Amino acid sequence: MRVQNLALAIYVHWPFCLSKCPYCDFNSHVRETVDHDRWRTGLLAELDHYADRASGRTVTSIFFGGGTPSLMEPSTAAAVIDRVAARWTMAPDVEITLEANPSSVESARFAALAVAGVNRVSLGVQALDDASLSFLGRRHNVAEAMDALAVAKRQFARTSFDLIYARPGQSVADWRAELARALEEGTEHLSVYQLTIEEGTRFATLAARGELDMPDEETQAALYETTQEVLEAAGLPAYEISNHARPGAESRHNLTYWRYGDYVGIGPGAHGRLTVDGVKLATRAHRAPEIWLDRVSAKGHGAHADVPVSMAERSDELLMMGLRLKEGVARARLRDELGADIDILLDDRKLSRLVDAGFLQLDDDRLSATAEGRQRLNAVLASLLSHK
Amino acid sequence: MTDTTTPLARIRNFAIIAHIDHGKSTLADRLIEECGGLEKREMKQQVLDSMDLERERGITIKAQTVRLAYTAKDGLEYQFNLMDTPGHVDFAYEVSRSLAACEGSLLVVDSTQGVEAQTLANVYQAIENDHEILCVINKVDLPAADVDRVKEQIEEVIGLDTSNAVAISAKSGIGIPELLEAIVTFLPPPKSGDADAPLKALLVDSWYDAYLGVVILVRVVDGTIRAGQKVRFMQTGATRDIDRVGMFAPKRVVIDQLGPGEMGFITAGIKEIAETKVGDTITDERRLAAEPLAGFKPSVPVVFCSLFPVDAAQFEHLRDSLGKLALNDSSFHFEAESSQALGFGFRCGFLGLLHMEIIQERLEREFDLDMIATAPSVVYRVHQTNSTMIELYNPADMPDVVKIDHIEEPWIKATILLPDEYLGGILQLCQERRGVQIELTYVGARAMLVYRLPLNEVVFDFYDRLKSISRGYASFDYTLDGYEEGDLVKMQILVNNDPVDALAMVVHRSQSERRGRMLCERLKELIPKQLFKIAIQAAIGGKVIARETVSAMRKDVTAKCYGGDISRKRKLLDKQKEGKKRMRQFGEVEIPQSAFIAALRMGDEN
Repeated sequence: MRVQNLALAIYVHWPFCLSKCPYCDFNSHVRETVDHDRWRTGLLAELDHYADRASGRTVTSIFFGGGTPSLMEPSTAAAVIDRVAARWTMAPDVEITLEANPSSVESARFAALAVAGVNRVSLGVQALDDASLSFLGRRHNVAEAMDALAVAKRQFARTSFDLIYARPGQSVADWRAELARALEEGTEHLSVYQLTIEEGTRFATLAARGELDMPDEETQAALYETTQEVLEAAGLPAYEISNHARPGAESRHNLTYWRYGDYVGIGPGAHGRLTVDGVKLATRAHRAPEIWLDRVSAKGHGAHADVPVSMAERSDELLMMGLRLKEGVARARLRDELGADIDILLDDRKLSRLVDAGFLQLDDDRLSATAEGRQRLNAVLASLLSHK
Repeated sequence: MTDTTTPLARIRNFAIIAHIDHGKSTLADRLIEECGGLEKREMKQQVLDSMDLERERGITIKAQTVRLAYTAKDGLEYQFNLMDTPGHVDFAYEVSRSLAACEGSLLVVDSTQGVEAQTLANVYQAIENDHEILCVINKVDLPAADVDRVKEQIEEVIGLDTSNAVAISAKSGIGIPELLEAIVTFLPPPKSGDADAPLKALLVDSWYDAYLGVVILVRVVDGTIRAGQKVRFMQTGATRDIDRVGMFAPKRVVIDQLGPGEMGFITAGIKEIAETKVGDTITDERRLAAEPLAGFKPSVPVVFCSLFPVDAAQFEHLRDSLGKLALNDSSFHFEAESSQALGFGFRCGFLGLLHMEIIQERLEREFDLDMIATAPSVVYRVHQTNSTMIELYNPADMPDVVKIDHIEEPWIKATILLPDEYLGGILQLCQERRGVQIELTYVGARAMLVYRLPLNEVVFDFYDRLKSISRGYASFDYTLDGYEEGDLVKMQILVNNDPVDALAMVVHRSQSERRGRMLCERLKELIPKQLFKIAIQAAIGGKVIARETVSAMRKDVTAKCYGGDISRKRKLLDKQKEGKKRMRQFGEVEIPQSAFIAALRMGDEN
């Protein structure tokens, strides 16, 4: 319990993008100009706020997400990293990731970002053909993306890139070829997300009008299964539903979320989970960039009031996140977090039904979802965690 | 004028008979207006249809009565008691009451449409009641009007003399003065009536009024009835003091008394409508009549279904609402029942399909209830091997097959009038539904079909199919026509081998496969895919007659969670968990109640 609580991950949200992608429902905003000095000051102030509340921790990872954090000035990233190092102990193998768009403008900053301390980059490549990139509203083309990837590989110790599949009209054969092309890049980490239609996006409007021909459940399943098969054969098995890595190359920051470790969220709309005196607190910052910035300037932080997470919710959250991982949830982890064993926490009848059906497996050490179970995890969780 | 009663010779009691939309209520409005019953500014359309539902759907549900004063060309003032009768067979008992209280009828026929099936049944009833019938040809101002053809049709189909027929337009007022005069000339006054004889009054109808308590509509035959009088209800034996006597003109007016031949209302401090038996004879407690009046056959529910609140929390509200409706509708019956699939609800009995539809609609509109109704069913007579017979109101109560000797089902005699181009399709429909043709006649390009049909084939989407095959041009009416033995079986729907009680039904063996397959296919579409595959079967006893499978889901997982936003994902999970509360467990799968509800609702629409 002590060890777990001592480790801390830090998420930093940069909310600005040059344009809004039609599938994206993240907290991202397009602004003519950004006052970089003020934003730097704001992020640092909020870091100080959390450093006071979570002192004595060892930071194992920092993650710059967005929005498009590659649009941050490298000096801002450097200042944030330096402030973290000043206020907390940095783990010797600290992982510092930055999400970046694979454009020439941004790759020109990679060297400076590396100097600032960023040691891992995650590129939003999304697709490997120009028509798909334009459909997805991306500003880069494939050639540019590949150039940016090459620069990233030279500048950073670790690189990853994202792909989006289950696009309208995409066949299993198309996707297989695209994955093969992605593997040629020799990356050690790939995030592969299924395109889903989220409320409030432009795609949602198009879908409502019947103008998006989304693949049916059978095709989605076939594409998912193809992903597992191709990437596993190439030595990049899924360690989480949508994340694949050579063993040892997993994203440590994201593992903190999935293992339900503590993390603080800095910047507009950022979320955190912080254990203070045995109470798990959910933190959440104002989403609107300007409001957040005003608050942080006035009060030193832009957060809403903390919400304590009840034991029942902690149990749900731990299982909900942990079962996304291939490794599942260790029994010991459940005991640490919740002070109880699996048989107390879960309905035995429901659990054994899901085990018998081959969706979950339970041994002396841990509970995990099988490949079949992970593919249907929402339904498995709803069944497992429904009122006991 | 209210102090004395009107001489019999100057009273005309008459009913209005018409098919829906042929202008019955509009005619009543016009007569009221012409006789000065209401100022023009007080007139709203269809004064007598007091319920919103009646006005909106253009149908009359409860019989209404109004007294009008008409000064005829002979210079005398006549008292008209006009009864607006329901036009639908479900309310035939209301019609029969109205007719028994009158001596004549106006038969209103739309000159652009001609005679319809529902008109026929009511006219025949009027004829049986010895009514003088005055034909009124309505809507003569419309371009499509064909008065001569309609008269010819009335003579051919019904056999009525139309030489006295009056051509009118209730909407524009054409022919209304002539009609009023014809009522005086051609309709008879009450036949007998002795003001000095002991009181004898027919209890025509009763309803609950929030201010007055139970209001009783009466037709006096002999004697007089007045406030303060102690009366006896001959059938129930109850005695009451009359506290109010009045009439509808059409506004409620309190008067001193009602004499022979007159109609009006009384109140007697009665709180429960159940105390007043329609058809009862009211007499003077101090001067009892020797013999009661003939009365009516009580109304019997013939169609049953179960009603469940969609939200279980509304159960009490549903109970209260049903109670309130029953207050004013003595023909509506209900009792509590429970279903595994749908929770707690009520088994309800109705006079017919329209009655059922109206009650459901009133519950939804007036009481803001969201409900689900099971498939309508009829009353079966189950003869058991131990020589006893039980009346089966709910398929769920069907005895074990080995205890059943045979089952009888109710049949009807249906009259269908339709343009002959649709005859082929309608004949096929009647044959499919085990119908037996009795008669097929033509009047011009319209065919009149008389069929005997099992009622259980009619309650199941027959009317909707009839309307769709004939593009809405066929009209349909029926009378009950006895019970007959049938090869009837209880069909169950099984989900993963567990029976779904709410979907059980009694069907003829020859229809079971078609109905079973239809339900299974429908459920397959409605039940969402789950982790486990789901078998849906229709079975009779142990024998499966139809089967569908909902395959297991292949993929259901959120691709990404945004920057550590666990709360958002947890909300999704909480929503799923909340949804599970409305699930019903069948074997290893849980089926959302909404799937059963949708399956039952689709039955209404097909």
